[in-house]
Amino acid sequence: MIKIFKTSKNVIVNIDEYFNHVELGILNFKQGVNHYLDGKATEFENNLNKIIELEEKSDAIIRKIENDFYVHSLMPNYSSDILILLERIDDIIDKVKDNLSQFDVEAPYFPEDLKNDFSKLVSLSVKSAENVVPAARVYFTSPNLVKDKLQKVIFYERETDKLATSIKRRLFKEMDFLKLSEKIHLRYFTLHIEEVSDKAKIVAKMLASMVIKINM
Amino acid sequence: MFLFFLTSGLFLGWSLGANDAANIFGSAVGSKMVKFGTAVIIASIFVIAGSVLQGSGAAHTLGKLGSVNAIGGAFTVALCAGLTVFWMTKLKLPVSTSQAIIGAIIGWNFYSGNPTDLNVLGKIISTWVAGPILGGVFAILLYLALKAFLSKTKIHLIKRDAYLKYALLIIGGFGAYSLGANNVANVVGVFVPSVPNIQLDFGFFTLDGIQLLFLVGGISIALGIATYSKKVMMTVGNDLMKLSAEAALVIVLSHSLVLFIFSSTSLSNAIQSIGLPGIPLVPVSSSQAIVGAIMGIGFLKGGTGIEYKVLGRISIGWISTPIIAGLVTFVSLFFMNNVFKLTVVDETIAQVKNASESISNIVKTSPSDNINLFQPLLYSIIILLLVAIIILAIKLFRNKEKIKNDQSEELITKFESQEKLLKSELSKANEDNAKLEKEIGFKRKEQMDIALNIINKNRFLEKLKTKIDKIVSMPEGKKEELKHLKRLIIDNLSIDKDRERFNIYVNELNRDFYFRLLSRYPGLTENEQRLCSLVRLNLSSKEMASILNISTKSVEVNRHRLRKKMFLKREENLTELIGKL
Repeated sequence: MIKIFKTSKNVIVNIDEYFNHVELGILNFKQGVNHYLDGKATEFENNLNKIIELEEKSDAIIRKIENDFYVHSLMPNYSSDILILLERIDDIIDKVKDNLSQFDVEAPYFPEDLKNDFSKLVSLSVKSAENVVPAARVYFTSPNLVKDKLQKVIFYERETDKLATSIKRRLFKEMDFLKLSEKIHLRYFTLHIEEVSDKAKIVAKMLASMVIKINM
Repeated sequence: MFLFFLTSGLFLGWSLGANDAANIFGSAVGSKMVKFGTAVIIASIFVIAGSVLQGSGAAHTLGKLGSVNAIGGAFTVALCAGLTVFWMTKLKLPVSTSQAIIGAIIGWNFYSGNPTDLNVLGKIISTWVAGPILGGVFAILLYLALKAFLSKTKIHLIKRDAYLKYALLIIGGFGAYSLGANNVANVVGVFVPSVPNIQLDFGFFTLDGIQLLFLVGGISIALGIATYSKKVMMTVGNDLMKLSAEAALVIVLSHSLVLFIFSSTSLSNAIQSIGLPGIPLVPVSSSQAIVGAIMGIGFLKGGTGIEYKVLGRISIGWISTPIIAGLVTFVSLFFMNNVFKLTVVDETIAQVKNASESISNIVKTSPSDNINLFQPLLYSIIILLLVAIIILAIKLFRNKEKIKNDQSEELITKFESQEKLLKSELSKANEDNAKLEKEIGFKRKEQMDIALNIINKNRFLEKLKTKIDKIVSMPEGKKEELKHLKRLIIDNLSIDKDRERFNIYVNELNRDFYFRLLSRYPGLTENEQRLCSLVRLNLSSKEMASILNISTKSVEVNRHRLRKKMFLKREENLTELIGKL
């Protein structure tokens, strides 16, 4: 009981650090994809290494937070929700890491006409994820302000979906010069990028329900 | 012998501890904010302290209701009340020990023929009504204050959790103290008339017989808390309403305040000293106070979270407890008296008392001097409070609905405007993109114009060159000058500024194209890449030849080599493929 204040302080610091890592990871992903599209191999590799490092660090932090929550029974009514929320946010950084390493391993070929669209797709998808992290941060201090931030997440997720569909349509209906294998490959990459915003939407929905619960 | 008979009181104390500790720490343990072990230690220490230091006030009122004058009777009364509480606890109902003991005392009164003082009974029952109402009012006020404080301070949720844990422990300690002070009368109050006149000297302090009795009662409550309270804690904490830590804190504090108010002699004296009627020091039902507090919070939240079924079961328990306890006591007294030949009523004392009462009645002056204004005052206060609470609840509910509607409308407009803003941002970005694409198209057109310019110029120069050749082949004329002119034209054909400009354009505009080309066909030379860029412009071999300043045949050969390097089949079109890259 006596240690509870020290522990809670540590947990607060860890949660903040964790969110910082996730935000940096998302930004690195955006930069990495753009570097890939521009053919800047060295910069792309730097981004990939950075994102791997960030993902490992955030995994270690989340284990620490989980441990503190269980051992010191912090916030017993909400601990499971908070830990699931952190896991869902972890899914975002996992996803961006996987995506970037897929770019590295599979080296997809992007026709010039699609590059701009892909860059836009990454930007929209990342915006959705970028907005969900501040929403999660604010949940811990002013839960009533969370809803304002979630609207943006949902909006960008919808826009990402729209753009992804239009890219896929163009791929299969207009780009006859591409082989079927290339089309399918690019479709997978569209899906991969789209999934980042999908993960953000899952976090957003969870946050919305958590806000209702905490205000009850 | 006294200690043997006291066992039934201790059993009742044990039942009380098992049952009523849930009211103090049930919310905290039920919401897992405080560990059961910690709750037991804190509750035990404070319940004993409360019993010894402040337990006498409520016991005095209980004695007025019916002074159980024989130790056998006290034993049976306490045993029956204890059994009733134990049985109700088994059914997981937060039953009130106060109600059980009052029921049992009235049962004894009926059996012994001792008249029940209706004035005191009225006082006790009125506190049964006032207890939950006060609990509810306290809970509403404290909850609103706490919420306002928390929303202003913006403390991190995890830090707030740590504060709440400590607050729950401190307030739980206060609650346990109040429980001991108020409810120990239920446990050993009936034994007060039979307590032996002894005094124990501990060196630092001395305890007389009654204080020792309260100490033993307190210990029995603590034992009940330690051994059997966990089960009921889960009922109070979770069944009636899902509780947050803040709500748990407020509920325990409200309950403790109610108990404290009805057991504090000094508070009652202080109120009396300013001319107001004193607070009746009565054993209040701790369960009723806690349920009142939970209901208060439930109503504050619109009444949606309250489990009315559980509330109904609890209410049935309230009504049935005194009746059952009374009946069981009446039957048991008969049984004890006739089967075990146990003295349950001291007739001599009763007779003396009756005689003294009749004498005092004779001595009494006119009955109009003894009008008791306390009860009507209390009832009118309670009724007024009830009406005020109902009006407040309705107003609160309406206000909440209105605020909710306003908020949702505001939120919708906010979201709509936000979406519009984002859409306009997006369309602006799209417009910018379109502008850039237009610019690229314009530059491509310019490139094409330059290429055509070069071609036309070269055609003209070629014609000029052929004509000069003809003139040179003629015998007459200024051959030397014409030769000079021809050389100039040839020079002009190869060092053309237009061509240079064109090359720069081609390189700049096709940077991406070259990258894509090389990523698909890595073995292409620089000249071949340039040829590809000209093919992309859909120029003929002749036109390409004039731009590259080579012969048309060389262009054809280069195209053939390029097709080979790109592994093209006969039927595949080079221009089409490059155009789509």
